[in-house]
Amino acid sequence: MPINDLRQTPLNPVHQRAGGKLVDFAGWEMPIEYPTGIKTEHLAVRNAAGLFDVSHMGELEIKGDDALNFLQRLTPNDVTRLADYQVHYSALLTPAGTFVDDILVYRFRHDHFLLCVNAANTKKDYEWALAHKSGRVSVSNVSQEYAQLAIQGPKAMLVVQKLTTVSLPAIKNYWFTTGMVSGAECIISRTGYTGEDGFELYVAPDRACELWNRLLEAGEEFGLIPVGLGARNTLRLEAKMALYGHDIDETTTAYEADLGWIVKLEKGDFIGRPLLEKQKGEGLARKLVGFEMVGRGIARDNYPIRINGAQVSRVTSGSPAPFLKKNVGLAYLPMEHSYIGANFDVMVREAPVKAVVVPTPFFKRAR
Amino acid sequence: MNPKNLLYTREHEWISVEGDVGAVGITDHAQKELGDVVFIELPESGTLVEAGTPFGSIESVKAVSELFSPVSGTVTEANETLVTKPEAVNEDPYGQAWLVRIKLSNKKELEDLLTAEEYTTFIEEEAGA
Repeated sequence: MPINDLRQTPLNPVHQRAGGKLVDFAGWEMPIEYPTGIKTEHLAVRNAAGLFDVSHMGELEIKGDDALNFLQRLTPNDVTRLADYQVHYSALLTPAGTFVDDILVYRFRHDHFLLCVNAANTKKDYEWALAHKSGRVSVSNVSQEYAQLAIQGPKAMLVVQKLTTVSLPAIKNYWFTTGMVSGAECIISRTGYTGEDGFELYVAPDRACELWNRLLEAGEEFGLIPVGLGARNTLRLEAKMALYGHDIDETTTAYEADLGWIVKLEKGDFIGRPLLEKQKGEGLARKLVGFEMVGRGIARDNYPIRINGAQVSRVTSGSPAPFLKKNVGLAYLPMEHSYIGANFDVMVREAPVKAVVVPTPFFKRAR
Repeated sequence: MNPKNLLYTREHEWISVEGDVGAVGITDHAQKELGDVVFIELPESGTLVEAGTPFGSIESVKAVSELFSPVSGTVTEANETLVTKPEAVNEDPYGQAWLVRIKLSNKKELEDLLTAEEYTTFIEEEAGA
C-alpha cells in the first residue's frame, strides 16, 4: 500500500492500522478518508469532534531583535497588534499583492515568532523569507521538529481537557499557550480550518502517535473519530476558508480573494502594499464569491463558468457540502456580476447548470 | 462477496442477464473506492449504449466517475429511485441500486466479460500493481 517517493508523517502507521485511504497530497502520503467515509467524518466534526493529522504543514521560526519589524514588512497583517501568545491569519505576498502563501503568525515574544505554512509551500516560503531577511533576524525551517494534530468540533475542548491541567477555556479563539497534554509538551493553539471551535496541537514527532491514541480514547465518549483530508476540504469550504493553489495563488490578490481584512494599509510599508493600495483606489475587476448550484449538478474544481454563454472563469473549489446538503463552490466573477443573487452557469460535463451567488460563509457555527 | 450469478467489467460494473435484458450496476469494490455516493446521472430509456463506452456518471463527495456499459443495446429503464437516494449504491450495490436495464443487441459480447472469480483476481492484481 505505501506509495513510492512520498513523505510520511509520524502518524502514518496509525493511519495504516485504522484503514485510512492513503493518497498523494502535496508530496505527502496522507489519509483522504477512513472506512467511516467523508460524510460521516464531516458530520462528526460539526456535531461532536474529529481528529486530523496535519503534520504535513510547515513551520518557520523567526527569531531575533528585529523579528517584529521583519514580519511587519514581510506580511500584510499588523504584527504590532499581536500580544504574546496571540495568533493571526496573514499571508506572504508578492510585490503584485498576490499570494506566495497564506499563513498563521504565532507571537511568543517580540523577538520570537512561529509561522505555520502550507505543506506544498514550505520550501518556497522559507526561501522567500530568507531572501527578504533584514536586520538581526534568524529564519529557520523547523518543520521536522513538529507533528501537528488538529482536534475540531463542539466537543473538542472537553476531550483535550481530560488530558491536560492547562485551563482550555482561558485560551481565547486565536490565542495559544504551551503546556503538557497527556504527558507531551505541546503548543496548544485555539485555531482550526473547519469553521468549528477546536485546537491545533504542535508536538514532537516521536510523541505524536501516543498523543493521537490518547486523544481518541479520551474522545470516544464524545463521539470523536479520525477525519481525513477529504472532509477537511469540505469543512473548510463550508466555512469559506481559502485553499492555497485553488482559491488563492500567485495570480490572485488579497483584495480579489476577499481577504482585504488581513491587509492593513495603515500600518506602513510591506511587500505588495503599493499595488494593493492602487487596486483599492481603482477598484477591483473581479472578486472571489461563494455560490450554490440551482440546477441538478455538482460543481467541481476547474469546471468552466459562463455568463450569458461566454466563459469568464473556472470554479476554484467545488463540492457537495455534507452538512448543508447543498452543492456549493467558490469562483472569481467579474465585479459587476458578483452581487448576491447573480445567476451564472457552471459547465458540468459540457452542459450548463445554473448557479447563484450567495452570502458567505456558507456555514457559520452558533456561538 | 461478488455474486457468482453476475458478469463483471474491468471498469467495475456488473450485469445480470435474464433473457435478452440485463440489469447493470457497479460492484461493491467500486462503491468502496468511490466513498459516499451523492449524485447519479443516468440515461433516459430509449438511449442507445455501446459496450465499453460511458452511459452516465456517478459522484461521491470527493470525485466523479464515469459509468461504462458492459454491453451494447437500448436502455429500457433507469433506476429513478437513485435520484433521491444515491446512497443506496453504497448500501446495496448488487440489489436495490441497479442503475439501468439494457436490452442487449449482441449477446455474444457477454463472452468478453469476467466471471465473479476472474473479477476477484482482477481487483487483487489491480491493487498489487
